[in-house]
Amino acid sequence: MPLLENGRLVEDRWTTVGSDDTLPTTGPVIVPLDRLEDGLARPAGEKLGVALPSDADVAVLRAALPRLALVAVTFPTFRDGRAFSQARALREHLDFAGEVRVTGRPLPDQYEFLLRCGASTVQLPDGADPAVWAQAHERFTTAYQPSVRDERAEGFGLRRFLGQAAN
Amino acid sequence: MSAEILATPDTGAAPVGHYAYDQVDRAFLHDRVEQFRDQVARRLSGALSEDEFKPLRLMNGLYLQLHAYMLRVAIPYGILDSRQMRELAHIARTYDRDYGHFTTRQNIQFNWIRLEDTPDILARLAAVDMHAIQTSGNCIRNITCDQFAGAAVDELLDPRVHAEILRQWSTLHPEFSFLPRKFKIAISGSPNDRVAARFHDIGLVAKPGRHGTVFDVFVGGGMGRTPVVGVHLRDNLPEEDLLAYLEAMVRVYNEYGRRDNIYKARIKILVQALSAEGYREKVDAEFAAMDRARYRLPPETVAAIRARFGTPVLDAPSDAADRLAEARRTDALFDRWVRTNTHPHRAAGYISAVVSLKPDGGIPGDATSAQIDAIADIADRFSFGEIRISHMQNIVLGHVRQDQLHALWQELGRAGLASANIGLIGDIIACPGLDYCSLANARSIPIAQKLSARFANPALQERIGDLQIKISGCINACGHHHAGHIGILGVDKKGEEFFQLTLGGSAGNDAAIGQILGPALPEDATVDAIAHLVDAYLVHRTDGERFLDTYRRLGAALFKDAVYALA
Repeated sequence: MPLLENGRLVEDRWTTVGSDDTLPTTGPVIVPLDRLEDGLARPAGEKLGVALPSDADVAVLRAALPRLALVAVTFPTFRDGRAFSQARALREHLDFAGEVRVTGRPLPDQYEFLLRCGASTVQLPDGADPAVWAQAHERFTTAYQPSVRDERAEGFGLRRFLGQAAN
Repeated sequence: MSAEILATPDTGAAPVGHYAYDQVDRAFLHDRVEQFRDQVARRLSGALSEDEFKPLRLMNGLYLQLHAYMLRVAIPYGILDSRQMRELAHIARTYDRDYGHFTTRQNIQFNWIRLEDTPDILARLAAVDMHAIQTSGNCIRNITCDQFAGAAVDELLDPRVHAEILRQWSTLHPEFSFLPRKFKIAISGSPNDRVAARFHDIGLVAKPGRHGTVFDVFVGGGMGRTPVVGVHLRDNLPEEDLLAYLEAMVRVYNEYGRRDNIYKARIKILVQALSAEGYREKVDAEFAAMDRARYRLPPETVAAIRARFGTPVLDAPSDAADRLAEARRTDALFDRWVRTNTHPHRAAGYISAVVSLKPDGGIPGDATSAQIDAIADIADRFSFGEIRISHMQNIVLGHVRQDQLHALWQELGRAGLASANIGLIGDIIACPGLDYCSLANARSIPIAQKLSARFANPALQERIGDLQIKISGCINACGHHHAGHIGILGVDKKGEEFFQLTLGGSAGNDAAIGQILGPALPEDATVDAIAHLVDAYLVHRTDGERFLDTYRRLGAALFKDAVYALA
């Protein structure tokens, strides 16, 4: 599936494995949370990611996090906004500096919110038009609250400048 | 403070009572309107299905009702200026059927909107710094506030600057725009609760502390199918921690609130499930873990936002109170209106006036475009152009000189807006009901009109005294029937509209949920039943006792007999 980063399509180097799939011994792999131990048992140099279900507390990753290069959060439907809190907690509470990937069925109108909560990439749902997502990224230049991206202040008060140069 | 505002060429003097937008705020709204224009075009061309379009229109306050689209326009903390009010009149005249409906959330709804007109309506609203953002959807809704904020003699501090800060903070909040369910915050600066703080997802009561403003915090109140009085979460939250603490509160809700059943998804259910103590522990843990510096609300930020509020120059002549007293002595009708429709002001020679949107036999909260224009003109002449919408669906003019009150009342009379019934039995709250709403089981408006007509006599209303009737057309309780001294709930009985009575509810400091009196009744029998309840109260009350107090003292049995023993 197409992968979006900063409004642009990028190549996806990761392999996502399911609960019953064989785990490749080499290469970047995303494992489900219940196979985290298997993933961690791979050679230390191999890149590891984990897919976090939306009902999981990010704190379960605390011990493993130094070994993780990617955490995937998911939207079972666009209405289920738990992934926003998970992404933010990963950045803010656990100081996770790796890739936070969004999967599932988010809307393009949620893209800017996701970035401001700390997401790095979005695995676009089937049939999504990357151009609509790119537009959503450029739509607004101002936000009204702090975020984990620590955007610079715009004028006075709470406002932040989002940096997608107005045109 | 005003020097900076006056130096801003686009705003001129800041509007009294609310935040003045600047170019950045306007550019943001413009972008939002253009985004929606694009979405509507994609819907009209068929590129978007109704399923895909629905969440997008809901984020802009556009509902599909029984007969047409309804557009709900935000009135932040219930305050608007005369220029904005005139734009609402224009929209009512041009795009609706010449009227608008003011709501219990201090907003206005237009009930007969065409989808293709909505981008233009939103553009017109944006031109006067208004919008419909977050008037629906599972996000933080309009922040509501005391209708006498900044004016009431009993107020400790004006909560509107903090209401504006919360409005900005919650606008397109990246983490909290897809919560389990809608989320309502009310804020008051008075120890006398006029915002129903204990019936909101979060209720805040601001007060001066030893080192600046602090807040008492209530959580988990609400109406709906499961009415709950909110719990007192904490006292004396320092101003600089306001946003951090709210982030922690809403985040715990976003993470743990139920998403499997929309009737169990409000924060009140979570607080009940975890217990107040359990919820408080999670919030405190989150608050302790978060980057507090990032979410700190520094005094400079509060001051910068405060600086964009206009403040009225209150300089009434020294004989203003005497002249009001003289006018009351010579005009008995005016005197009655003053008794019922005013509220004491903090400044000598001033008073707050309440414009009733509950005329005899009328529809609670409705106003014609001519009336909306008239209120704008009256506000310009008598109250610094500032207009407040109350959660009781009335309009308040906050700062009126006492010596000008008689002239104001006469102007209201000419516009058909001088009903003297505030806080009385005619001051009914009602939801739109089955006349408009696809969720309703019964029509709320006709029964409100019948009750209003039945008790039209102002002398009778005044004799009955403080009595709040609140009507909901279904169990979702938009008419707040749980909090009515007398609550009326529309139910469907085999295809017929019936009404269930509840007694003893209150939204104030003595917040309580009304108790069901007995079997539901048909519409006309319900109107008769309320007349019997009132008769029983008049017989049994002691001096100065409200209906609610008599009910609480004597219990339900007497009132039950009054309604059902006759049948």
